[in-house]
Amino acid sequence: MELTTVWFCLIAVLWIGYFALEGFDFGVGMLLPVLGREERERRVLINTIGPVWDGNEVWVLVAGGATFAAFPEWYATLFSGFYLPLLLILVALIVRGVAFEYRAKRDDATWRARWDLAIFWGSLLPAVLWGVAFGNILRGVPIDSEMEYVGGFFNLLNPYALLGGLTTLTLFLTHGAMYVALKTDGPIRREARSLATRSGLAAALVAVVFLVWTQVDTGSVASGVLFVLAALALLAGVAAAGAAREGWAFLGTFVTIALAVAGLFAALFPDVMPTSLVDGTSLTTTNAAATAYTLKIMTGVAVVFTPIVLVYQGWTYWVFRKRISVHHIPEAVLAGER
Amino acid sequence: MDLEALDIARWQFAITTVYHFLFVPITIGLSALVAGYQTAWLRTGNEQWLRMTKFLGKLFLINFALGVVTGIVQEFQFGMNWSDYSRFVGDIFGAPLAVEGLLAFFLESTFLGLWIFGWDRLPRAVHASCMWLVHLGTLFSAYFILAANSFMQHPVGYDYNPETGRAELTDFVAVLTNKVQMVTFPHVITATYMTAGAFVAGVALWHLVRGKGREGSEDRPMYRSTARVGAWVLLVAGLGVVITGDVQGKVMTEVQPMKMAAAEALYETEEPAAFSIFTIGTPDGTSEKFSVTIPNLLSFLATGELDGRVEGINPLREQYLATYGEDPGATYYTAGDYTPYIPLTYWSFRFMMGLGFVGMAGGLAVLWATRRGRAPTGARWTWVAVGLPLMPLFANSFGWIFTEIGRQPWAVFGLMTTEQAVSPTVSAGEVLTSLIVLTALYGVLAAVELKLMLTYIAKGADPYVEPQLRDDDNDPDRPLAFAY
Repeated sequence: MELTTVWFCLIAVLWIGYFALEGFDFGVGMLLPVLGREERERRVLINTIGPVWDGNEVWVLVAGGATFAAFPEWYATLFSGFYLPLLLILVALIVRGVAFEYRAKRDDATWRARWDLAIFWGSLLPAVLWGVAFGNILRGVPIDSEMEYVGGFFNLLNPYALLGGLTTLTLFLTHGAMYVALKTDGPIRREARSLATRSGLAAALVAVVFLVWTQVDTGSVASGVLFVLAALALLAGVAAAGAAREGWAFLGTFVTIALAVAGLFAALFPDVMPTSLVDGTSLTTTNAAATAYTLKIMTGVAVVFTPIVLVYQGWTYWVFRKRISVHHIPEAVLAGER
Repeated sequence: MDLEALDIARWQFAITTVYHFLFVPITIGLSALVAGYQTAWLRTGNEQWLRMTKFLGKLFLINFALGVVTGIVQEFQFGMNWSDYSRFVGDIFGAPLAVEGLLAFFLESTFLGLWIFGWDRLPRAVHASCMWLVHLGTLFSAYFILAANSFMQHPVGYDYNPETGRAELTDFVAVLTNKVQMVTFPHVITATYMTAGAFVAGVALWHLVRGKGREGSEDRPMYRSTARVGAWVLLVAGLGVVITGDVQGKVMTEVQPMKMAAAEALYETEEPAAFSIFTIGTPDGTSEKFSVTIPNLLSFLATGELDGRVEGINPLREQYLATYGEDPGATYYTAGDYTPYIPLTYWSFRFMMGLGFVGMAGGLAVLWATRRGRAPTGARWTWVAVGLPLMPLFANSFGWIFTEIGRQPWAVFGLMTTEQAVSPTVSAGEVLTSLIVLTALYGVLAAVELKLMLTYIAKGADPYVEPQLRDDDNDPDRPLAFAY
C-alpha cells in the first residue's frame, strides 16, 4: 500500500478514536441539564468522564497534528477555509475544559450554574459543528486551482452538511446516554438507559438518511458495506439498551460511530477535500501529501507509539471501571471555600 | 495580500502565545516539584510532604486547565491564520507537532487524570509515578515544539524543492538536534524550573508573613522549608538559565547576527562592543541619547571574547540585501530592510535578563531571611512574596517576544517572511473576529484563574489525611477520594 494511503487510513483512525471517545463525553455534557436535575446527580455525570475526557480530547489534537505533517495542503486549506466554525469549536473546547476543572472549586450555586452552561454548550456546539465540517468535506466545497478555499462562511450551511451535524449530535447524545447507563447506578442509570433507547432510534433515523445521501452522492462499495454495518450496530446497541445490557449497548454505539466514520473516509478516498468548482483543484491523498521521507518517519513513530498509547489509555478505563452513584460523591470537596 | 489581516494575525499570534506561555512554565516546573514532594513523602513518610504535594498539586491543576485549553488554539492557528506557512513548511514543521501530540499530550492528559482521581485507586508508588510521567510528557512536549521553533530560527535538515515550491524534510534527526534547539531546550526548561521555584517560594513566603505559617503557628516550619526549597530551585535553575542563555547568545550571533545587533541597537560594527544597561533617547542613533554602558560586555555575550567583533545593523543590512535580495518583506517592511523593530527587540532583551536577575536576587533574599532556622515576619516581605513569582514569569514572556520579534521580518529565517506566511484567503474581518473573541475570552479566564489561584493559595495546605486504597468488595459505598 502507498504510504499516502496508509496515512489516509491512520488519520481516519485518529478521527474514529476522537469521535468514538470524545463523542460520549460530549454526550454526557449535553445530558447534564437533562439527567442531572440536582447537584449531586450533575456531579455524578461529570465524574463519570472526569478522569478521561482530557485524554479523549487529545485524539483531535493528534489528528490535527498528523494532518499537518502528512497532508500539509489539506491542513492548510481546511483550517483556513473553515475559519469561523473552527473558531467556534475552539471557544467551545476552551470553556468546556476549564469548566470541568473549575466548577467544583467554589461552593457557590451561581458559579456552578455558569460552568454547567459552559459544559452544556461547550459539548453541544462541537458535537454539531464537527458533523457539519465533515458533511462539507464530503460534499465538496469551493476550492480554487491554487487549493485555496474560496467559499465563505454561509456556503458551509447547506442542508446536507447540517444533516451531518444533526447526525453527530444525535449519535453522540445516544453514545453519552449509553455511557452514563454503563457507568452509574441508581435512578440516573435507568433514566439514561431509557433515554438512550429513544434518542438511539432518533439517531438511527437521522443517520440512515445522512448515510444513504452520502452513499448516493460519493459512496463506494466499501463505504456502503460500512454504512450498513454501522446501522446494524446502532440497532443492536439500542436493542441491548432495551434489554438492560448496558455493556453491549455502549459497545453498540461505539462500533456504530467507528464504522460510520470509517465509511465516511472510505467514501472520501482518494480525495481528502474535493472541490465543488469545475475549474478548481480537488485535494487528494497524492497532491496534498507530504514527502515520502516525512511519511516514512511518521509511520515509524506511529507504529511504535500508538500501541503504547492505546495500552495506557485502556488501562485508565480499567482503573476507573466502577460505577458511580450519588453516595460516592464526597462532601469535602465543596467545604471550606468561604 | 491583505495587509491588515497580516497585522491582526500577528497580534493574535503574539497575544495567544505569550498568554499560553504564562501557564506552560508553571506546568512543566511545578509538575516536577509536585512529583518530587510526593516521592519524598513516599520515601520518608513525612506528613508535611504529602500535605505540600496536595497543596501544590491543587495550584498546579488550576494552572494546568488554562495551559491545556490555550494550547489547542496554538495548534489550530497555524492552519487558520498562517496557511501559506503551513503549506510551505508543513512537510518539516508538521512532524514534530504530530509527534508532540502522540508522545506528549496523551501522556500528560492520561496520567494527570490518573493522578487527580487515583489517590484511592492506585498503589502509592504507581500513583506518584503518574505525576512523574506527566512531567515527562511536559518535557517531550517542550522538546518537540521547541525543535519546531528552532527550525524557524535556523532551518536545517531540509531542501527547497522548486517543483513543489516548498521546503521539504531531508533529515529529521538534524531538525531534532538543530544547534539552536540544543541550547534553546535547556534554556527554556531551566527557565520553567526557575519560574516554578519562584512560584513556590513566593507562595510559601506569603504564608510565613501573612498566612497559615505566621509566627507561632504550627505550620511555620513547613512553609519555611517550602520557601527554601522554592528559593533553591529558583537559584540553581536560574544559574542554568544564565549559562544556557550565554551559549544561546553566541549561537544566535552566529546564525542570526541581525538579532544580536538589534538586541543592542548596534548600528555600526564595533570591536570591542559595549553593552548598554539602558538608553534614553531614540535607539536608532539619530538623536542624542543618555545611556549607561558596560564596556566589552556585548563582545563577550556575542562571541565569548572581551574584544570580539560584533557586526552592526547597517553592514548586516547590506549583507542580507546581497544574500536575499530586495523583495522579502517588501510590503510590510521597507524594501530590502531586514531589520526587526529595534525598540522592542532592544527592551525585551533587557527586560528578559533584568527580571530574571531580580528574581534570582529575590531567591537569595529568601534564603538569607530563612537562614539557620529563622523565618521572615515584617509586612515588607509581603511584596517580595507577591513580586517574586512574577519576575521569571514575565522574563519568560519578554524572552519569547525578543526571540520572535528579533527574527522578523522572517517567519522562517532566510526562507519565508512573515508576510508571505499569512493565510491569503482569510479576511481581515475574520481574523479580527477571532482576535477579539479569543482576547476577550482569555481576559475573562485570566481574571477567573487569578481569583481561584489566590483563593487556593490563601487556604493553605489541608491537614494530613492518610491516603487509603478503596476496598470495593467490602466498602463499595465509600465516597471517592476526589471528585469534581
